[in-house]
Amino acid sequence: MHSRTSDLPADPGPWAGGAGRPGPAGRPPGPGWPPNPGPPLRQTAADGLKIAVVGGFGAGKTTLVGAISEIPPLSTEETMSSAGVGIDDPATSGAGTKFRTTVAFDFGRITLDEERVLYVFGAPGQERFWFLWDRLFSGTMGAVVLVDTRRITDSWYAIDRLEHLGVPFIVARNNFGPPGHSLEELRDALALPPGIPLVDCDARKRHSAKRVLVTLVDHLLTFATDRETLR
Amino acid sequence: MTRRPVDSGVPDRLYTVTGGRSRTQDTTFDLVTIVVGEAEPALGMQSEHIRILRLCGRHPTSLVELSSHLGLPVGVVKILLADLLAAGRISARHPRSAAPGAELLPPAETLKKVLRALQNL
Ligand SMILES: Nc1nc2c(ncn2[C@@H]2O[C@H](COP(=O)(O)OP(=O)(O)OP(=O)(O)O)[C@@H](O)[C@H]2O)c(=O)[nH]1
Ligand SMILES: [Mg+2]
Repeated sequence: MHSRTSDLPADPGPWAGGAGRPGPAGRPPGPGWPPNPGPPLRQTAADGLKIAVVGGFGAGKTTLVGAISEIPPLSTEETMSSAGVGIDDPATSGAGTKFRTTVAFDFGRITLDEERVLYVFGAPGQERFWFLWDRLFSGTMGAVVLVDTRRITDSWYAIDRLEHLGVPFIVARNNFGPPGHSLEELRDALALPPGIPLVDCDARKRHSAKRVLVTLVDHLLTFATDRETLR
Repeated sequence: MTRRPVDSGVPDRLYTVTGGRSRTQDTTFDLVTIVVGEAEPALGMQSEHIRILRLCGRHPTSLVELSSHLGLPVGVVKILLADLLAAGRISARHPRSAAPGAELLPPAETLKKVLRALQNL
């Protein structure tokens, strides 16, 4: 790696740690802040893989990402103009009705080996988000639909979109309390075909989050193996 | 997660950052493209370019992490990275999944490695 120039103002960067960086909303630097940014990528990192966790508001997406990630979940956003969203037809609406839409999402990462690093994205499952799928999430190998059983209907749309996009997925029920129904009852309520895995999880627990991802990749492996034996 | 009119302050700032461009010519940048700094930040460079070179000069850094650390939307970071790539100041390691003709699913061999790595976490 090259050395830094000394004639530019110092910028500690996310891995510098320690004091100096401002806290959120003016919070002064202190113990516990800034949070440990986690390890940087390896020098040999070369192939990023993507998994998306989609679900309704408060379904536990960020919690699940954080439980399994080697860095504290980070967030960012993408913006798009109304033309891309398809809300307004520029031919029929004046300039004053144009909107810019912002979709926020968060993510964590898991270093898999010298070269591969897996990014896990927590993404809102609502309608607006899916317009960004092709731009941001093409190449996603698979998805987890995280279901909050208090709001099952939130998941219908996500399942519908993933089926439409042809993205393989599994469904995980995040239990905020003792489950009131069996997984088979939930499968019926979601109209989920028998071949799609449906599992219980506690998004706060690392081993549970890990099991969710293992279930997904195992499912993907079945597809890939079938595909290769058909050749 | 909000809809706001185009003429609010934030888009104006982004317009300035990207020199008025709203779309990147280089569409090969993926959310998980890994960026490596290949040059020193230099005085006179645009401040966002300097910040990017500082971040990815020390360690390879993915586009989405750059976006988060810079506090700039993904699309804006793609434009800034296309500038730096054209100037030879960074190199980019694009994901195999974005290669032309790549299938939706990685090969079984890759998935087995992913599975093993996850099981060993
Ligand atoms: N009891 C319980 N609480 C949980 C569980 N998972 C998440 N929570 C809590 O539920 C709340 C929402 O979780 P988040 O991870 O922020 O959910 P989210 O899907 O990222 O929410 P949005 O991004 O706002 O849509 C948080 O207060 C979590 O601590 C769980 O398995 N059990
Ligand atoms: Mg969240």
